[in-house]
Amino acid sequence: MSAVHEGVHRHPAPTGFIRKYIFSVDHKVIGIQYIILALAAVLVGMIMSLLMRLNLSWPGTSWKILETLFPTGAPGGVMTPEFYLSLVTMHGTIMVFFVLTTAPQGGFGNYFLPIQIGAEDMAFPVLNMMSFWVTFVGFIVILLAIVIEGNQTAGEWLSFLGPSFVGGSGTVGPIGGWTGYAPLSALGKVAGPGQGAGMNLWIISIAIFCVGSLLGALNFITTLLNMRTKGMSLMRMPLTCWAWFTTAVLALLSFPVLLGGGILLLLDRIAGTSFFIPGGLYVSGLLSGSNPNFPLHTGGSPILWQHLFWFFGHPEVYIAILPGMGATSHILATFARKPVFGYRAMVFAIFAIGLLGFFVWGHHMFISGMSPYSAVAFSILTLSIGVPSAVKTFNWLGTLWGARIRFTTAMLFALGFVSLFVAGGISGLILGQSSLDLAMHDTYIVTGHFHLVMGVASIFGMFAALYFWFPKMFGRYLGEGIGKFHFWVTFIGVYAIFMPMHVMGIAGMPRRYSQFTEYEFLKGLHPLVLFVSVAAIITISVQFLFYFNVIWSLFKGKKAGDNPWEATTLEWNTSSPPPHDNFAGILPTVYRGPYEFAVPGAPNDYMMQTDVGSEEISDNGHNGHKH
Amino acid sequence: MATMVTSTKTITKKTTGGGSKFPGPNGNGSKRNGNEYREPDRDANRYRIGMWVALASIAMMFTALSSAYIVRAGSSNDWQALSMPRLLILSTGLILVSSAAIETARRKLKATLSSEYSRWLLITAALGLAFLVSQFLAWRQLVRQGIYVSSNPHSSFFYLLTATHAVHLFGGLLALSFLWFRSRRPVHTKIETAKRQAGADAVTIYWHFMDALWIYLFLLLFLWR
Repeated sequence: MSAVHEGVHRHPAPTGFIRKYIFSVDHKVIGIQYIILALAAVLVGMIMSLLMRLNLSWPGTSWKILETLFPTGAPGGVMTPEFYLSLVTMHGTIMVFFVLTTAPQGGFGNYFLPIQIGAEDMAFPVLNMMSFWVTFVGFIVILLAIVIEGNQTAGEWLSFLGPSFVGGSGTVGPIGGWTGYAPLSALGKVAGPGQGAGMNLWIISIAIFCVGSLLGALNFITTLLNMRTKGMSLMRMPLTCWAWFTTAVLALLSFPVLLGGGILLLLDRIAGTSFFIPGGLYVSGLLSGSNPNFPLHTGGSPILWQHLFWFFGHPEVYIAILPGMGATSHILATFARKPVFGYRAMVFAIFAIGLLGFFVWGHHMFISGMSPYSAVAFSILTLSIGVPSAVKTFNWLGTLWGARIRFTTAMLFALGFVSLFVAGGISGLILGQSSLDLAMHDTYIVTGHFHLVMGVASIFGMFAALYFWFPKMFGRYLGEGIGKFHFWVTFIGVYAIFMPMHVMGIAGMPRRYSQFTEYEFLKGLHPLVLFVSVAAIITISVQFLFYFNVIWSLFKGKKAGDNPWEATTLEWNTSSPPPHDNFAGILPTVYRGPYEFAVPGAPNDYMMQTDVGSEEISDNGHNGHKH
Repeated sequence: MATMVTSTKTITKKTTGGGSKFPGPNGNGSKRNGNEYREPDRDANRYRIGMWVALASIAMMFTALSSAYIVRAGSSNDWQALSMPRLLILSTGLILVSSAAIETARRKLKATLSSEYSRWLLITAALGLAFLVSQFLAWRQLVRQGIYVSSNPHSSFFYLLTATHAVHLFGGLLALSFLWFRSRRPVHTKIETAKRQAGADAVTIYWHFMDALWIYLFLLLFLWR
């Protein structure tokens, strides 16, 4: 028996501060660390978007703070176009990698997947710890890119590594967008400002991030396959677990491709190879091979980088949003007090979205000169993602149909997720068609589309998750009053920001331009640009209220019980916050599906997954899967 | 009991390892239930599962690099095929033998021949090290001929693919030394025995995979050019 007992307490609760809070192997602490990382990263990304909006609406204005911080990039406090482009790059990179990939999966997934399947921890706790700290190092490296490119003194810090590690061009990191398109990203300093150390550090940071994500994905998959508790069959798992599992599979299969591509790109920059650099390239007034700063390159394929990048890049958008879908399904059922409509269809839809996500990367490359036949194939596959997405939306509405909804803040954010997912997804049907995309590619309609559907919708999924699980994580509610105010302003705000962008895009306003005042045909749109900026400023300021709410609620929030929302899944069976091994040494046994709400004849209107129940109740045939 | 949850009844039949089809009636996770559930074999099985999952990811990375190789070879006119360094045949022989060695080690452990097991681990590690040395000498040969990473696309891919493989094989060497250190400690409990076997299995799977990967890369580099 002692041997078996050892299996339950695989690592004793740590006592020292460092082992308990810093280098912890407890999945709950690691989850919170990921969330803190994301909260820090999102602040950086958000401030960058604010700076971009300021430049778009009031170009040429002198901002004192910029002059102090970046004398080269913003001489006299006025942003240069290069400075703006580096903001675009870093905003995208930090938001996609360090916010949308870390918080929903590494954060909430880490914290709740083991508890929801009735395990005492992840399968490999030490790998889990490494996964976080590797990701953290990746974040430090990307911040380093800002300092080293932005400041001339700091630009020399890494010069001992070679000429391509010299920075100081005055931009806040590299210029290349979050996609880092070759060949400019592959050439080094000759390609212009931001293409020196900043780009190297960007690639290194992404490579480090890939490794961290792979360690995490490995852990998620093994944990889910191996450590489910007694009675927790696959089809009794909460939909959140299905979403985290599918996300982990996507990460496992797509990040290695980015890692491989990143290594090739870095070799082009520092080892003189020509994987992505074509011959006869003429850049910055120099011909390839004519100058020692620009050695001879021949025969590389920039399109190859696009293929490798987007083979990762498209699954990545599902990595960002699937956990939000899982959390939304979970929360809708809880507050609608109804079983999830079509549980099995939801599971298959998650899988279908994940699977199709691997075959549609070409729709990011319609204007790369690909064969029209490939474009049609990619179009059809892309549009077919609409089917599982529609299944999910239909089932969310089915879950809400006729329900007596409890409008908590978490529920509002979950409803907001559905709304944003639909609103953003609709324009995907437009952009997914190669014929329409040819005209609309690289305009603001693309910006509006992906911000609504993968950016803001995922963020709403995270907000919903945080308001929902905060009582479990910290034993206190996250302030509901401020929360509802936060929801309404954010909800209206994001629509006010991103809906006009669709109009701008159709009017032909291109993405990634630092200002539009020089273009006659876009002058009429300036009021709309101003409107978006004002909406953005209001929305961003409300987020500080959210930060305040989190900190205030941690210490002063209303105390919550073990199951404050009267929910059914295993995390509500343990104390708030859960003990070190989640269930105090006794793993729960599961007897029923995850969403047994409104059970006729039950003493409450819901039955926990651990409730045995009596034969008469179940003979009524009311359960989570059939209607 | 299964009639209780009518719709999951059909599904639970298909699941593997997830949990009993007919959960016991003794309520809210009694102490007995929780403990019974952690069988040593199942607990240790995570190392094998984890290894297969990790290999899927490694395979994906080499798939990406291979497709880059094929695209780059087909799309340009600056491709100059290397002539194969003879040493690579020695490397190939070494890694094939090392695969047999680790398989022997694994079987010795299964037959509870502990000292034999650790000896064969050492033999495998020595062969793996010899493989790396042989690869390194092959690089030196090429460098002496004036062929560097940036010389032409085929040499770029040659250095890149061999180096990436070598890094992974080096990871395998670290895992072998870990197993070897562990093998000198006696095991007491059932779960320790199961874990040791699972660890050995996982490293064996990895090592065979690295072997097969090398054969694949070797064929790719010198047949597809």
